[in-house]
Amino acid sequence: MKIALIGFGSVGRGKSGIISAGGIDMRAVLDRKKATGMCGTPGISAWDVITTADYDLLIEVTPTDATTGEPALTYIREALAAGRHVVTSNKGPIAVAFHELSRLAAEKNVQLRYEATVCGAVPIMKALEHGLAGNEIIKISGVFNGTCNYILTRMADEGLTYQQALMEARELGYAEADPTYDVQGIDAAIKLVILANTVWGLSTTLDDVDITGIDSLTLAALELADGQECTIRLIGEIIPKKNILRISPRIMPKNHPLVVSGTLNAVMVDTDMAGEVTLIGKGAGSRETASAIISDVLFIRDYHVKRS
Amino acid sequence: MKLEMKDAPGQLVAALKPVSLVGGNIVAVIHQHDPQHLSDTIDVQIVLELPEGKLETLVNLIRNEGVNILRIGEERLLVRHSVILIGHLMHTDLSDTVDRIDTTGFAEVAELHLVMPAIDQPSSAKITIKSTSDEAMGEALAILREVARQKKLMIIEPLEDHQ
Ligand SMILES: NC(=O)c1ccc[n+]([C@@H]2O[C@H](COP(=O)([O-])OP(=O)(O)OC[C@H]3O[C@@H](n4cnc5c(N)ncnc54)[C@H](OP(=O)(O)O)[C@@H]3O)[C@@H](O)[C@H]2O)c1
Repeated sequence: MKIALIGFGSVGRGKSGIISAGGIDMRAVLDRKKATGMCGTPGISAWDVITTADYDLLIEVTPTDATTGEPALTYIREALAAGRHVVTSNKGPIAVAFHELSRLAAEKNVQLRYEATVCGAVPIMKALEHGLAGNEIIKISGVFNGTCNYILTRMADEGLTYQQALMEARELGYAEADPTYDVQGIDAAIKLVILANTVWGLSTTLDDVDITGIDSLTLAALELADGQECTIRLIGEIIPKKNILRISPRIMPKNHPLVVSGTLNAVMVDTDMAGEVTLIGKGAGSRETASAIISDVLFIRDYHVKRS
Repeated sequence: MKLEMKDAPGQLVAALKPVSLVGGNIVAVIHQHDPQHLSDTIDVQIVLELPEGKLETLVNLIRNEGVNILRIGEERLLVRHSVILIGHLMHTDLSDTVDRIDTTGFAEVAELHLVMPAIDQPSSAKITIKSTSDEAMGEALAILREVARQKKLMIIEPLEDHQ
């Protein structure tokens, strides 16, 4: 199987070593990498690769634009239209245009997979689509942002103020120089939009999410929660029947399954037959995100390429 | 809630013992002669406060003690819920915030724990609301959310839903 890889940042690089271990033709990847213009031949752009190269599957790992989904949206649209499978870790295009892209994929009889967009290494998409197939999904709630969870964990455990915990998260590389996107709950909200649209087929956008971040949380609030054996976590919740699509800090019993430590993510799915199912794992990191991408690539190879 | 039972020897003690086990609170014990009955037996009424959902456990525990429960009265203010508010609580009239819940008739603020930081810093408070039922709690929380929105306070609710 020939793969085109667009985006060679931390996720793109985290993947390259592992891909050959998966038994996939790595040569094509390296060739394309050289051809991106940023890593080799100037003058051959990502667009040139997508439109002219010979490949079966596009791995799209360029930066996220939550409003337009670009440049990834154009890349993915083009690849699907040309009958190529697409795997992405980019939340932008999936949050903005999932229905359009999945219709296009179905029309062209190719796969569009996006496991890495929600909860990084945690195989939540496959759990929902395959593992829990046949169940009615009543509710999904979870910790969808590792940066916020790290800050809240440090405030609760060490008595750090919000500013101190944020600074520490930055020093450790868990928070961006501009942490707005994470601490105001926007990153988590985009993941809710993706879940709402892909799991329930809704047509929600970021504007539909009721968002409260953690940036005005006080240490005193965490101490008050602690007084009743509780803590505070930033929780995302989707309950379509009650019209709830919300990111907000919540008071949680310390032994609640969604109370995870540090940068971990956790997601709890409430179903009619299986009851509650909780998955916990790493939501970011280059190898962790690569794990989700590789699993999507192998899924396509095993179920869609071999058969044809 | 009210519990009524025959006042046989030892029954009262046996009935009261399990209350603390389930985290309940005894509000009053009332002895009452029943004029309908010519016998000497006395009915005892116990008024209790119980945490949400503990009634059944308590009734079983009391029955296991061999106490005969005649009647279980109306459940009032059984649901308890704590939320945390962050913001300029004093400047936005905290007592008015509390009043808005207290005047509903179906819910009241049972406890308030306020942490005041340095002047001009936002303060934090834990407010425990008691209400008659889950629905009433939902309404009380909706009022509080609206007040928080008006007064630009951040409200942190427990995860269990009282939407
Ligand atoms: N890092 C994680 O843990 C994680 C987890 C889940 C999902 N994701 C998502 O995965 C994607 C990639 O993340 P990352 O951490 O690898 O980002 P990154 O380190 O910033 O890498 C982005 C890569 O895309 C390239 N690029 C930028 N603009 C481009 C364009 N217009 N056309 C083609 N290539 C372009 C960049 O080129 P240069 O090298 O020249 O700058 C860089 O190689 C993002 O959408 C992110 O949200 C990341």
